[in-house]
Order: sequence, then C-alpha cells, then structure tokens
Amino acid sequence: MPGKLKVKIVAGRHLPVMDRASDLTDAFVEVKFGNTTFKTDVYLKSLNPQWNSEWFKFEVDDEDLQDEPLQITVLDHDTYSANDAIGKVYIDIDPLLYSEAATVISGWFPIYDTIHGIRGEINVVVKVDLFNDLNRFRQSSCGVKFFCTTSIPKCYRAVIIHGFVEELVVNEDPEYQWIDRIRTPRASNEARQRLISLMSGELQRKIGLKVLEMRGNAVVGYLQCFDLEGESGLVVRAIGTACTLDKLSSPAAFLPACNSPSKEMKEIPFNEDPNPNTHSSGPSTPLKNQTYSFSPSKSYSRQSSSSDTDLSLTPKTGMGSGSAGKEGGPFKALLRQQTQSALEQREFPFFTLTAFPPGFLVHVGGVVSARSVKLLDRIHNPDEPETRDAWWAEIRQEIKSHAKALGCHAVVGYSESTSICEEVCILSASGTAAVLNPRFLQDGTVEGCLEQRLEENLPTRCGFCHIPYDELNMPFPAHLTYCYNCRKQKVPDVLFTTIDLPTDATVIGKGCLIQARLCRLKKKAQAEANATAISNLLPFMEYEVHTQLMNKLKLKGMNALFGLRIQITVGENMLMGLASATGVYLAALPTPGGIQIAGKTPNDGSYEQHISHMQKKINDTIAKNKELYEINPPEISEEIIGSPIPEPRQRSRLLRSQSESSDEVTELDLSHGKKDAFVLEIDDTDAMEDVHSLLTDVPPPSGFYSCNTEIMPGINNWTSEIQMFTSVRVIRLSSLNLTNQALNKNFNDLCENLLKSLYFKLRSMIPCCLCHVNFTVSLPEDELIQVTVTAVAITFDKNQALQTTKTPVEKSLQRASTDNEELLQFPLELCSDSLPSHPFPPAKEHLESASSNSGIPAAQRAVTVEKASPVGDGNFRNRSAPPCANSTVGVVKMTPLSFIPGAKITKYLGIINMFFIRETTSLREEGGVSGFLHAFIAEVFAMVRAHVAALGGNAVVSYIMKQCVFMENPNKNQAQCLINVSGDAVVFVRESDLEVVSSQQPTINCQSSCTEGEVTT
Amino acid sequence: MTSELDIFVGNTTLIDEDVYRLWLDGYSVTDAVALRVRSGILEQTGATAAVLQSDTMDHYRTFHMLERLLHAPPKLLHQLIFQIPPSRQALLIERYYAFDEAFVREVLGKKLSKGTKKDLDDISTKTGITLKSCRRQFDNFKRVFKVVEEMRGSLVDNIQQHFLLSDRLARDYAAIVFFANNRFETGKKKLQYLSFGDFAFCAELMIQNWTLGAVGEAPTDPDSQMDDMDMDLDKEFLQDLKELKVLVADKDLLDLHKSLVCTALRGKLGVFSEMEANFKNLSRGLVNVATKLTHNKDVRDLFVDLVEKFVEPCRSDHWPLSDVRFFLNQYSASVHSLDGFRHQALWDRYMGTLRGCLLRLYHD
Repeated sequence: MPGKLKVKIVAGRHLPVMDRASDLTDAFVEVKFGNTTFKTDVYLKSLNPQWNSEWFKFEVDDEDLQDEPLQITVLDHDTYSANDAIGKVYIDIDPLLYSEAATVISGWFPIYDTIHGIRGEINVVVKVDLFNDLNRFRQSSCGVKFFCTTSIPKCYRAVIIHGFVEELVVNEDPEYQWIDRIRTPRASNEARQRLISLMSGELQRKIGLKVLEMRGNAVVGYLQCFDLEGESGLVVRAIGTACTLDKLSSPAAFLPACNSPSKEMKEIPFNEDPNPNTHSSGPSTPLKNQTYSFSPSKSYSRQSSSSDTDLSLTPKTGMGSGSAGKEGGPFKALLRQQTQSALEQREFPFFTLTAFPPGFLVHVGGVVSARSVKLLDRIHNPDEPETRDAWWAEIRQEIKSHAKALGCHAVVGYSESTSICEEVCILSASGTAAVLNPRFLQDGTVEGCLEQRLEENLPTRCGFCHIPYDELNMPFPAHLTYCYNCRKQKVPDVLFTTIDLPTDATVIGKGCLIQARLCRLKKKAQAEANATAISNLLPFMEYEVHTQLMNKLKLKGMNALFGLRIQITVGENMLMGLASATGVYLAALPTPGGIQIAGKTPNDGSYEQHISHMQKKINDTIAKNKELYEINPPEISEEIIGSPIPEPRQRSRLLRSQSESSDEVTELDLSHGKKDAFVLEIDDTDAMEDVHSLLTDVPPPSGFYSCNTEIMPGINNWTSEIQMFTSVRVIRLSSLNLTNQALNKNFNDLCENLLKSLYFKLRSMIPCCLCHVNFTVSLPEDELIQVTVTAVAITFDKNQALQTTKTPVEKSLQRASTDNEELLQFPLELCSDSLPSHPFPPAKEHLESASSNSGIPAAQRAVTVEKASPVGDGNFRNRSAPPCANSTVGVVKMTPLSFIPGAKITKYLGIINMFFIRETTSLREEGGVSGFLHAFIAEVFAMVRAHVAALGGNAVVSYIMKQCVFMENPNKNQAQCLINVSGDAVVFVRESDLEVVSSQQPTINCQSSCTEGEVTT
Repeated sequence: MTSELDIFVGNTTLIDEDVYRLWLDGYSVTDAVALRVRSGILEQTGATAAVLQSDTMDHYRTFHMLERLLHAPPKLLHQLIFQIPPSRQALLIERYYAFDEAFVREVLGKKLSKGTKKDLDDISTKTGITLKSCRRQFDNFKRVFKVVEEMRGSLVDNIQQHFLLSDRLARDYAAIVFFANNRFETGKKKLQYLSFGDFAFCAELMIQNWTLGAVGEAPTDPDSQMDDMDMDLDKEFLQDLKELKVLVADKDLLDLHKSLVCTALRGKLGVFSEMEANFKNLSRGLVNVATKLTHNKDVRDLFVDLVEKFVEPCRSDHWPLSDVRFFLNQYSASVHSLDGFRHQALWDRYMGTLRGCLLRLYHD
C-alpha cells in the first residue's frame, strides 16, 4: 500500500522577532518527509504570516509512512547570511494510516526549538491517500491499531486476545557520535529527536507485522521505552498484547462511513479473515494432564533473581484438609488443559493488560518478577540487536518459569523496565502469574465457548482469589483458608498483584496507596566488580521492600495489593527501591492479623515498657486505619476450619533474614521459612528504624484518597472534574550523612513531603482521589535523588459516597451505571459470558438470555445491532464532532486513566508517542532548574494537547510520562532534559450531553435492546 | 537535604487567587509565605511551612511565566502552553490590570515616562505599596497608553479590545490614558480631596464631549495632522472657546446674564444672597477657564482652576450641593436668553460637560 502524503501550510502566529531592526520576521517553511523537501514562499515582515501554501505531495511507501515523521521547519529568511531556524514541528502521521482513527490532521502546532522552547505556532493540514496493493510482500503493517491503554479499549470488544508481542531496535546515540563534538547542541538534539522518532516508527511497524502474523488487528497495552545506554547506544524497545478487536456498535460509537470503498481498503487487515471458524475450535486434543513440580528449589543460573511469590510471609498453622477444596479440582485440571493448549504455542504467555474482560481472569497466583544486572557493551551491528534480545529473552524465560511454579500458565499485568548507570544496567520484568480462561485465547467459535461456559459456571466474584496451585504441593509455605466468599475454594491470606482490581471483586471499605521505600549504599566500583556488587545487593533490597510492603499492608488492616510496581534504580554509589501499590481489603480473603513486636532482651524493664508502648502505637494505628478506610468486614464465625483469625495471644515469630548463606541469596525465600506469624523482632537499631518508619507515614488529609490503580476501590461516584499533573523533585544529599539510615530517612521524607505538597495543592478539589499515582525515581548524579510523580486528581460526590455499604450486586450495579461505557459494552460481552455471575439489571439479563437462547451467534447479533441503530448514530455524530473551532483554544483533557469520568469515549484516534529534548545555556536567566523544567513540562503538555486537538480529539487517556531525564551543570549555567510521553488520543462526549440526546430516544440501552429484540423475534 | 528542584505542572494550570494577590501586591516569596502562615492556612489544612513555601514558589513561577502573556492579554487567550479555563483567564487579566487608588492618584495626569518611573520609589514609600507593585501598575498604564495612543476610534473600545478588560476597568484606563495624554494636574494640595473616581468621571464627560471623536468628525483626509480622536481635546473647539469671553467682557451681557439667573433663582436658593454677590466672580472664573484652554499650561491646570475659581468660593459660602446644581443649571440655561450672544452651541458643549464635572468635584 504505497500512499500519497499531502501537506498544506496555512499560517503562523505569535512568531518570535527574528530581525531586531524591524522587530519583525521574514518567515518561510520547509516541509520534509523522507528525503524530499518542499518550501513555502517567504512571507515578509510579519509575526503572523499567512502562507496558504499549495498542497505539497509526497509519494511514498507505506513502510516510510510508518517509520518517518513529517518534519516541518520554520525559518527566518536572511538575504545575506544563513537562514535562521525558528523551530520545528514533528508530526507522527501514523494515526492517518488506519481507517477508524483520524482522517485528517489539522490545527495549530507549537513551533518547538530545543534551545528556546516553544516559539509561536503554525497551522498545518495533513492528509494521506493510501493505495491498495495486496500482492506485495508485507513490510508495512498499516492498519494495525495501537493502544497504550492496558485494558480492552472502551469502544471495542476483544474477539481474541492473542498474546505477547515485543521488539527492540538499536542505534548509535547521536549525542555520542564523533560529529557531536563539532556540531551545535541544537543540531545534536534535533538529530536525536529525529532518530528516536524514526526508531519508534520502525519499532511500531515491526510490532504491527508480528500482530498481523498472529492474525490480530491491534496492540493493546503498548508500552514503548528508550534506554539511553550512553556510549553503547540507544535502544528503543516495546511490548504489548496482540488482540483481535471488534468495534462495538453502541449507538454512541462514532462510526465512520465505512462503506466508502477507499475506507474498505484501509480496513483490509481487519477483514482479512472473514471466516475465523475454520481454525481449531474449542479445546483441542487434551494434553496429558501435566504434573507440575512445585518444588521450591528452583535453580537459577542468573546472577540475581527472585520469585516474588507474594503469598508468602504468612504463618503456616495447622491446615484443615477440606474436602470442599477438591470440588474445584477436576474443573481446574480441565481449565489447565485448555489454557495450556491455548498457550502452548506461545513462547511467552504474557499479557501487558491490567484489566480484563469479565471471565478472562480465572485465578491469580501472585507477583512474579525477575531482575538481571548487565554490563553494557557497544552495539556493533545495529541491525542485529542480538545481545539485547537475548537479555530480555532470558528474563522472560525466568518469569515464565516463576509463573509455572505458581501453577499458572500465563502472566498478566506484565511490564519491563531498565535502570542504567554508566555501563551497568539492571533489567527488570514483573507481572502477575495467572490462570486464564482459554476461550479468549483461541480462534474458537463463539458458540463453542458458550457451551463450555455453561458447564463452567465460575464463581467469578471471588474466583480470581482462589489459589491456582496445588495445596498439597505448594511452591512455598503459605497459609490457606477457605474463601470467605464462597467457602469452597482455598485462598491465601494475602494477595499481591500487578494488575488492576477486577471490576467484579468484592472489596470492603476503601483502598489506599502503599509505598515501600528503600536506599542502600554501594561502593563505587567499575565494570564487573560493580555489577557483582549490585547483584549481591538486589536480593536484600527485594526482601526489605517486601517486608515493608507487608508491614504497611497489615498496618492498614488490608489483605491485598493491586498495581504493585517495584522499581529498583541504580546510581553511582547507591541503589534505590521504590514499590507502590494500592492496598485493599478483599472480602474473599481472611482478615489480616495484627503486628506484634518482640523485644530481644525481655529482662530489661524499661525496654519492655518501650516495646509495649510501640505495640500500643501500632495497634492504635491499625484501628485508626480501619476506621479511616471504612474496613469493617462482617463477623465470621469461628467454625470455619483453618480460620486465620489470630487469637489475641497467638504470637509467632518472624525473623529478619540474618542467617542467609550466599547460596540462599540466589533463591531468595521471602516466605520467612516456617516461622509462624507476624512478629517484628526489634533486635537492633535497624529494626527500630523500620518500626518507626512504619509509623511515620501520615495518612492523607481528610477528603483525600490516593491509589496507584485506575480507580479507587470503594469510590464509585466520580464527578467530571479531573486534574492531571506532573510533579518533579530533586534533592541533594549532603555527603556527610551518607549512611543507610540517613539515606532512607531522606528518601522517605522526600516522598512523603511530595505527597503532602500534592494534597495541599489540590485541596480545592476535596473530596477527591489521586488516581494512578505513578512515582519514578532516578539518580541523575552522585548526591542527587530525583522523584517524578504523575497522577490524576478526580473529584467525587461525597454524599453518594456515604451510601456505599451495599451488597456487592448493588455496588457493581452502581458502578456500571456510573460508567456508561461498560454498560453499553455489556450486551455484547454478556453473550459470551456466564450469566448468573453477572450482577446486571434483570431486564437486560433477560433480554440477553433470550437472545442467546435464540442461538444467534454473538458476532452476527453485534452486526445487526450496529446496523439497526442508525438514528442514534446520526445523532451522536454531531456530538462527537471535534471541539469548538472558536478563537479560544479547545480544552484537551489529559489523564493516565483509560477513561474519563462522567464521559464516554466515542473514538480512538491513535497513539501519541512523543519525545522531546530541551537544553539551555542560560539556566539562571530561565529561572534556574525549577523554572527551566517547569516551562519544559508545560510545553510538553501543550504539544501533546495540540497534536490531539489536530487529530480532532479532546482528550488523551492512558497518558504516561515514560521518561524524564534531567541533567544540570549549574557551573556552566547549562541544563538538559529529555522527556518521553505517550497516550491514546480520543474523542469523548459528556454523559450529560448524551442524556440530552437520549431523552429523545427513551434510553440508549433501551434503544439497542429494542432493536435487538426485533431481530431475535 | 536541600531541595534542588521542586515543581508542579498541571494540565489545567492551577491558579491560587490568594497567592496571585500576594504576587500582584509585590511580596517576595518569603513575605508571601509569612503572610499566608498568618492567615491561618496551616491550621486549616494541616500543611507544614515547607509545603507552603514550595506551593508559593510554584505559583510565583507560574505567574512569572504568565506575566509575559498578560502584557498582551489576547495572547493569553490564544497561547497553547497554559490550559486555563476562560473564567480564570478573565480573572488573571482583570486582577493584573487592577490598580490601587492610592497609586493612581499619585501618577494621574503625569507623563508616563522614565522620569516618573524614577519617582516610583517615593510613591512606594508614601503609599506603602511595594515598589514592585508600583512598577507593575505604572507599566500597565504605560503599556495601555502606548498601545491605544496611535489608535483611532473609541478609547474605551480600543482598550477593551486590546486588553480584554471589563467595561468598568476599561473606562478607568481610558481616564488614566486621557489624563496622562493631557497631563492634567491632579497632585496639587487643593486637589487632594478628589478621588480617582471624581477625575475618571470628568474624564469620561470630557472624552464624550470635548474630543474630536465626540463630535463624530471623522477627518476627511486621513493624512491630515489629525490627532487621536478620543485622546486629545478638540483643538478647534478650544480655539472657539475664546468667543465665550464676551460673556464676561461685555458688561451689559454679564449684567443681563446675572439678572436672568437671579430672577429665576430668587426664593429657590438657600444661599441666594451669597450667589448674587458672587455671581460675577463665579461667571468670570468659569468663562476665563474656557478662554484660556488654548494654552497647554492652562489645560493642565483645568482642575486647579475649577476648584480655585468655583468649588472653593462656593464651599466657603457653604452652598449645599443642591443649590450648586440649581445655580449651574440656571447659569447655563439663561445664556440661551441672551440675545446678543451667538455661540449657543459652543456654550452648551462647554458648559454641559463643565456642569457635570463641577457637580462631581463639589464635595468635601
């Protein structure tokens, strides 16, 4: 599919004065794509030039269309000397390459210069005509949709979730090429920006190809990262989840006129396989029921790794053998077989998704993670990035084996990251081991699934908490009890995961952000020695981070962590660990026991007194937290065998791992062996510190909640006011106090103060919740610690919040109705789901079951619904038109969440993936480091918004600042910063606007249901 | 542990009205933090002083970045860097261009030049307004002046269009620009009792009636030496005012005028006898002010003269405001009955405005 790219330069405004004499500018524009360049006329003496150029046409391969950015340079014409560049605009034209996204890019773009920042704006119109050319060997993957969102995008339905895709490309970093010594900083920055833009394009194209090979049409949870390896090069890598998505046909969905032939052509990748039924349907030949060895003595060859099988740290008391537990046995085995077969072919059964279609997630095992320390070497042949590939393959293999050890075939909520300092690099990967429902993974027919599902009849609401591993052969010592919800299956006493809280999970009270923070000093060293030192430290850090998390969780009176993200950052002379997660109380899991403190020298009277004082403080805190987070689980009768409710006097011990031999380090056992329960033994000052630090975490002021997951468990009445923000802090440590304790304290204070500042700044939004709080730590220099936080504050209605203590059914009902999105999605999803498990309006269920009984395949019904609602569609199309084209700038919302509260996403316009460099040689004049970075981040936001607006969108969802690398040299009055952001550009419509329309029609749901009814009768 | 860098950037730019006011008032970060602490915000929110410091710094930085845009408010509306809801934009602009009564009284009618800028130190000391705030206000006056100076059309409209101010504030700026352009003296001791509002009221009347724009005489020749329509007094009009001299120079006319006024007001004025005794002095004063307006120096002293020649004599005789109104109405109207006087229209244009001004200026 070669194509024709058409560009028109309309006008400029607010240009900087380039000619001091006249206080004006003689501006013209160069438009470059690939190796072709066009120029506009010079518009003399104006700061608001009107070029109104002809259409510049580039005839290009679609491969280039995917790889290359459109590069627009605004210059000041100078008769006597070289023309001065005013700035540039890079436009990623990828969103124009698939039919359902944007059709035109048109709008005002900030003109950006890496030295001066934004200098005026330019109005540009870009279009692409694609020609169909089916016979060629595909090098391009036009048409594959990309989403940063880590769940199935709101206006789509997942037909098949294929699985993991990954790719990486490497190149030399222009900043480190010899030529950099002679070129200007501007030229060097621009070379870098351009190269990264090219590399991301290439990467995306390659990933797209893999998706097409898998017969998918989209990548969800696409995460692209840069590794700035310095001398050894530049790595751009990406992971994602390949899916086959179907556009949902809710009346509000924006349906482009897909009947036009040209559009049809563009859609080829989606329609390529008109008859998916021909592929293996249902569970294929059952494999021999595999026996898994859950022996904890896995031997890893890796330098450092640990399986964070988070069901650990738990007492192992006498377990009542439950016959009920076996009921699930045969089913489990069946499921395993199916899943196994579905995942068999896959090298890595990983999913970058964190939220799933109902029924997808069957069981969750726990967090699996792997880290590895590598020495960077120069990448000699950029076309063969074998070493980097091998490194990651190794890590993934390890993750896979960890998951297996937990009796799981898949890893969900999977992510990868790196931390680089000089030539040492820590590669990390983590995810949640899980057992998945195979029907989403196969190319099976929908009917097949339907039958299968009826048999299954899964207790979905607590099902994911049930252990996937064999209780008689557990991979680690854990304390199991019968599920507090269904009383049939076994559950662990704590559950750690990297995913979002499943929507159907029953939670008691509210959740909260829980962080573990840790610093470890390390000697400065070179190469091998350094890498060894780091790998020796890693297991200890993991252990400590874990202990902290577990303690804090208990202190909050909660029993599960979601969205767990552990970041280990390496610096010249220290390692930093930061774990963030959202703690909740899962109703299915047992009540957590308290924390007991034990002194080492019990004879000393005053010491004993001190201990008891501490104990009281801890108990008070737990009680206070339970009240704060409204955790009042229903009383459970003691008759249940194996109940973990701790006797008040029941003391058990937890020992700090003081006796670990070097052998044990490689296979870190986080379960604290066979020791019984939760006792903090204060045997040294270190432990004292720990207990203190536990108590220093201040809860957010009243009216504030915070979490790092998409939404806050226990709050469901969001109002539409949102405020996304990025906050950056850098502290300088005085080199005198560099002890581990002092470091820890500094780091702790830094994070706590940062949170306090956020609460203060956003106080006008109370009652509100900070969602998706994302901390990143970096160590830019010896004594500097940088913490970057991006989150969104969402207000909620307090009055409604009070009435949240309802039955789970009501609760999820309410949830569903607040999120109209889901509601609309359900009629289609339900048909491939177990009905009784879904707490939805009875009327609808009735309709659904009626239609399922009628035997019309879901896909077909989906189509009929789509066609049957042209009225609604027409109505909504007006609504979803791009925001006002008035003189004032249209508002573009940005949020790290996948949704916008109080609004409905009607269209995805494509991913935004932008990389900027800003440099200054006049740091003081620009307001110092704070002024410089503040301005730069504001500019980055502005450029993201401008691109979204130009695509016709009014919001960015799943926004993430993946990198913010800041370097300063105050002595030279210089600073440089690199920022990489991404997200999904979308069009949303306010629900209040929707209601206006729906008042004409009875309701949206009713409308689609009615049409459905007609079809089925 | 020292904070090297500490920033907060929202997708929607956060504006704290209280901090904005402190910034506009020219307080340093340290002073602003101290003032905020005193306001009891720490107790209300449970924040620490460090948090307050960081928050204040952050807002100050934002305002500093916004200031460049506030210098040309339409830019604030069209810029892409800061996403600010329209109502907030309006607030930012309005507050930025707001000024202190005490300050404006000091510089009203002064040339908005470097020389005056140097005096800001003294003004700051005298008024207790920080030098920074004085500078901002002065620069605002000057900026608005520079932009509308060369423009045709209504002064208020021009200001509103280029600075997006509210109607009220735009009118105030029109007065400031008008006063600065004509350099009316307002600083004399005997004028101290007058407020900015008094002057602004007069300025509006004068702009409406005494300028070129007032009579709608668009210059036929665009290249002519025509001055700005709303900012300069109508030169021809001022020249013509000389013709009014006859009202006091011609003794018969003056006597006739006096008798007309006295007849009409007899019994209606509490201060009749004082009026009768003072009529000729007052009339001379008012007419002489008119005839002298051809000289720039006398234009500048307009308000001094009005106060000296009319307000003060009346006040010393304790005229109530109602009597002043009766008198001025009759005084202007009676001229129409003077057969020998041919400049009725001129008189009305002059006296109509002057009457309004005098009534406003007549207070303690």
